[in-house]
Amino acid sequence: MDKFTTLTAVAAPMPLINIDTDMIIPKQFLKTIARTGLGRNLFDEMRYTQDGSEISDFVLNRAPYRDAKIIVAGDNFGCGSSREHAPWALLDFGIRVIIAPSFADIFFNNCFKNGILPIRLSDAEVSRLMAHAENGENATLTVDLENQTISGQDGDAIGFDVDAFRKYCLLEGLDDIGLTLQKADKIAGFEADRNQLPWS
Amino acid sequence: MTGKTLYDKIWDAHLVDQQEDGNCLIYIDRHLVHEVTSPQAFEGLRLTGRQVRAPQKTLAVVDHNIPTTNRAGGLEAIEDLDSKRQIAMLESNCAEFGVPHVGMHDIRQGIVHVTGPEQGFTLPGLTIVCGDSHTSTHGAFGALAHGIGTSEVEHVLATQTLIQRKAKNFRINVVGEAPAHLTAKDIALAIIGEIGTAGGTGCVLEYAGPVIEALSMEGRMTLCNMSIEAGARAGLIAPDEKTYSYLKGRPMVPAGADWDAAVDYWRTLTSDADAVFDREITIDAANLPPLVTWGTSPQDVIAITGTIPDPTALADEGRRTAMQRALSYMGLTPGTPMEDVKIDRVFIGSCTNSRIEDLRAAADYARGRKVAAHVNAMVVPGSGLVKEQAEAEGLDKIFIAAGFEWREPGCSMCLAMNPDKLEPGERCASTSNRNFEGRQGRNGRTHLVSPQMAAAAAVAGHFIDIRKVEV
Ligand code: SF4
Repeated sequence: MDKFTTLTAVAAPMPLINIDTDMIIPKQFLKTIARTGLGRNLFDEMRYTQDGSEISDFVLNRAPYRDAKIIVAGDNFGCGSSREHAPWALLDFGIRVIIAPSFADIFFNNCFKNGILPIRLSDAEVSRLMAHAENGENATLTVDLENQTISGQDGDAIGFDVDAFRKYCLLEGLDDIGLTLQKADKIAGFEADRNQLPWS
Repeated sequence: MTGKTLYDKIWDAHLVDQQEDGNCLIYIDRHLVHEVTSPQAFEGLRLTGRQVRAPQKTLAVVDHNIPTTNRAGGLEAIEDLDSKRQIAMLESNCAEFGVPHVGMHDIRQGIVHVTGPEQGFTLPGLTIVCGDSHTSTHGAFGALAHGIGTSEVEHVLATQTLIQRKAKNFRINVVGEAPAHLTAKDIALAIIGEIGTAGGTGCVLEYAGPVIEALSMEGRMTLCNMSIEAGARAGLIAPDEKTYSYLKGRPMVPAGADWDAAVDYWRTLTSDADAVFDREITIDAANLPPLVTWGTSPQDVIAITGTIPDPTALADEGRRTAMQRALSYMGLTPGTPMEDVKIDRVFIGSCTNSRIEDLRAAADYARGRKVAAHVNAMVVPGSGLVKEQAEAEGLDKIFIAAGFEWREPGCSMCLAMNPDKLEPGERCASTSNRNFEGRQGRNGRTHLVSPQMAAAAAVAGHFIDIRKVEV
């Protein structure tokens, strides 16, 4: 997993609520057997017509948002299916940060496991960043994970919360399995006890 | 000390390690695997030289991609090359890592959330995960069951544990005299309509109250299945005599003295009287009409007697925009009575409503009738065993005589990864769980309903209040 420290990049505005994982990566692209290559089909049905040509007013088809690495969106981002293809597609396109007032649980977790930082902010803060993101050429933001701040927009930097363990893993680029296997003895002890139970 | 909720009890029994920051390691008793969310997990194991820690606690079933016609031709007859590759890959990965595999020619094959309970893989008090958000289904047995992503699938395969933070406790009491027409699907839709698709975010739902206790195991599975549509990662119902009688004698259920010990333990799996819930609501089932979704979110619920809502009546701009977008996608005009909305397709199936009781209920509305001439309707049993049972009861003949297609088991048009899909603009009465844009096919229009409502709509050619239909 790539380390995440500080990111300065274009932020794309997506002022929609309930952006679900079927929208992020429609199911016809779930038939892959690898994690990479899905970026081309990110938001496929919003981004392309049936014959495969680009829909010109979709945000990620417009300059400068083609190079966006940050998305600013409405409530309940990532709801729906638990498919991890959603964060893979986002990551493969280049997205490393998603900012929204709320996220669906499974998606939120899946982001961290793939080196994407989901940030929850208040409605007012998201509105401020949304207005900034809508500002074409100047739509750049800087996300500093170490200091937990977002800057680049008009006015003061915005602080954000992040789980300390998730932050550490992102900063170090650590993978969960390796971390868990450090506790192999504990798992083995627990499992041996549990295997004795007739109902387990 | 205050009492514990059912969720607290299961959680505590599985806690392997707790970090100071609140991240916990919980032990996973059962892991269901299917072909879509597992290839990259097995790939990860291979790349890191890791093994599957507990193959016997793992069960793989092919379901999402599998065609529902022409099974006899086997893998070779599958036209979609990507589907074929995933199906073949599941089999070879299972062989390589020693994981039990239910393949396409196995009578037990079906939707993973139908096969698991049928085999007794699902038991009360266990932790169960699967790379599929409708894993919440298994909560009907009082098991803590939820969907995980592929990285977590790999994590569970390698370690038999999961990194989790404890969720909040949210109890939903369903009370009142349930009317005869009321189905578990209506209860699920009513709850989602009430609390919204983010209402249960961060929570484990516990369904309780007399109406829940009166539900069959099938009905409880329908209800728990849709917990994820309410934003909760899991739903729970305390096990009771119905649970035990459903389980007794199934292949993977303990027997003899082990059974007795298990039942003794299972009886402790209830929320204590003084347990504290972070949130609690009560829903009165007495006045619930049959429900239908009109939009592209499962919370877009109205009564069958209702009319398509009007976005201009909404004050909140975000909600208004979302409603306008949904109505235009669905091709609906505000003010239209729901019963006037014509349909093109009917899908009876999915892990929400494809069990034997669902098929019996739908057959009641199909018996001796004909599917409307302009409607294409299909019934997809949840598993090979459900199909066999339905055929033994003659349900297949009732459906076929009425003009329904009778298919092989799988996910089918619930998510349209196999050839079963809506054409652009087609409108479908569906017993599945998601009505998102494009879910059943690009630009397809999905209305979520109970099996009874779906079958009645197939015959009428439009949505119809089942209370008007004699059975
Ligand atoms: S039937 Fe539908 S919701 Fe259920 S597991 Fe299959 S695709 Fe998922």
